[in-house]
Amino acid sequence: MDKFKIEQLNIWFGKIHALRDINLSIYNNEILSIIGPANSGKTTFLRMLNRLNELEPYFRMSGRVLIDGREIQTIDLEVLRRKVGIIFALPLPLPLSIYDNVAYGPRMHGIRQKSRLDEIVERSLKQAYIWEEVKDRLFSSAFKLSGGQQQRLCIARTLATDPEVILFDEPCSGLDPISTAKVEETMLNLKKNYTIVLVTNNVKQAARVGDRTAFFLSGELIELDTTDKIFTAPKDKRTDGYIRGKFG
Amino acid sequence: MMNVRLKEKIAFFFLFLCTLFIIVPVGMIVVLIIKKGLPALTWQFLTDVPRQGMRAGGIFPAIVGTVYLVTGAVVCALPIGLAAAIYLSEYAKDTLLNRIIKLAIVNLAGVPSVVYGLFGLALFVVWCRFGASILSGSLTLGIMILPIIITASREALEAVPHSFREVSLSLGASKWQTIRHIVLPNAIPGIITGVILGIGRAAGETAPILFTVAAFYLPKLPQSIFDQAMALPYHLYVISTQVPNVDEKIRYGTALVLLSLVLCVNLIAIVIRYRFRKQKKW
Repeated sequence: MDKFKIEQLNIWFGKIHALRDINLSIYNNEILSIIGPANSGKTTFLRMLNRLNELEPYFRMSGRVLIDGREIQTIDLEVLRRKVGIIFALPLPLPLSIYDNVAYGPRMHGIRQKSRLDEIVERSLKQAYIWEEVKDRLFSSAFKLSGGQQQRLCIARTLATDPEVILFDEPCSGLDPISTAKVEETMLNLKKNYTIVLVTNNVKQAARVGDRTAFFLSGELIELDTTDKIFTAPKDKRTDGYIRGKFG
Repeated sequence: MMNVRLKEKIAFFFLFLCTLFIIVPVGMIVVLIIKKGLPALTWQFLTDVPRQGMRAGGIFPAIVGTVYLVTGAVVCALPIGLAAAIYLSEYAKDTLLNRIIKLAIVNLAGVPSVVYGLFGLALFVVWCRFGASILSGSLTLGIMILPIIITASREALEAVPHSFREVSLSLGASKWQTIRHIVLPNAIPGIITGVILGIGRAAGETAPILFTVAAFYLPKLPQSIFDQAMALPYHLYVISTQVPNVDEKIRYGTALVLLSLVLCVNLIAIVIRYRFRKQKKW
């Protein structure tokens, strides 16, 4: 069953043609990795899935993006973004306490009851494997955490809104190898219950966690296949070149 | 040819001298006013009404009047100014109308204060029939400080990192929720700064209250917002130029009270801002 179906998607920012004729499906409960050099359109593609691109001025698009068979433009923005959460490249805690960061989403969706919030916060922090590290200082500032902890807090914060899909936008680009390993482990564990789309600059990361891998170049989808095939027998020369580090 | 290093030293010295010169007028004003005004500062001077044709007694009604006017001006200007600032920084697209609005705000800041006075007289005193009253004066002062509050608030709102907004929206919060829970709380120090600047300006101006509220001599306190009131800057003007044989220390005493009032407000606001800054977590 497809979670997302993208048909003939084109995106422009002013005169820049950021994505060209993208067609692809994202399956339920898979990790789809997207690799490609800078400016290949992979982040634009990711931000399309919860309509964050629309915050940019001069954004235009054509084609269709469907979630569970429904066009995303027909869904309330707030509902869509709850369903499709995103983790940004840099850890971006809100200037609140750890607890309030995680409780932010649910509160904005109208949950006021203290006991329910407590329960959501604990569950989310546990799911993101950071509960043990922060349970004694839930009410101190999120900015006091290390970069890796902050990123896992951001994952917990996204989980707290009870999403179905989680988008990761180069989530480890600012992290050390140990934090990276923890985030990757978290992703693999989340796969059971969530559909994950991972944009990464790190080809090895795509190989480690992705079920399928897509290669983007200059706004085009060059190749999409199971991760095994992409990394052992890519059909396109350009994919092969990129994976071997010949360009990009 | 002069040594490069020597040239640099001369240049630095000259720049330093010019910078130092800034302190001179400020220091002289403060010293002069304190020296000449301090002897007048007695409990009676602060709490009594003017007596003997303002040649004796105190300035209590003028202090109260100024406090009322400044409070009224902030009450009028803050909600409107803040709302406008939120609209301009968060919602307004780059259209012709919005450019005209921004231009209007810049120009509003440049209007001479006496023109505000005349405008207040025409609009509030005459046309709205509020008469010369605290209400008219507060509204006039409010319009005068509006651009200060809008500009400071807008800058404060725009200084909140874009990424916070994006995170909040990505979690399914609406735009208004984002403004209400993320943007505004983090912009408060800057907004307070705008209010302080506005208060300083409103407390000190004479021209806008001249035709709209200020009483020449009114030895009782105003009872409602439709009453006239005395005010410190206008009182200072009156006893300095309109009434003969006023003791110098009364004049300087009045100036000292006005100056202290404004500095006090600034100090309070700086403390509030400092507290908020310390809380700031990014």
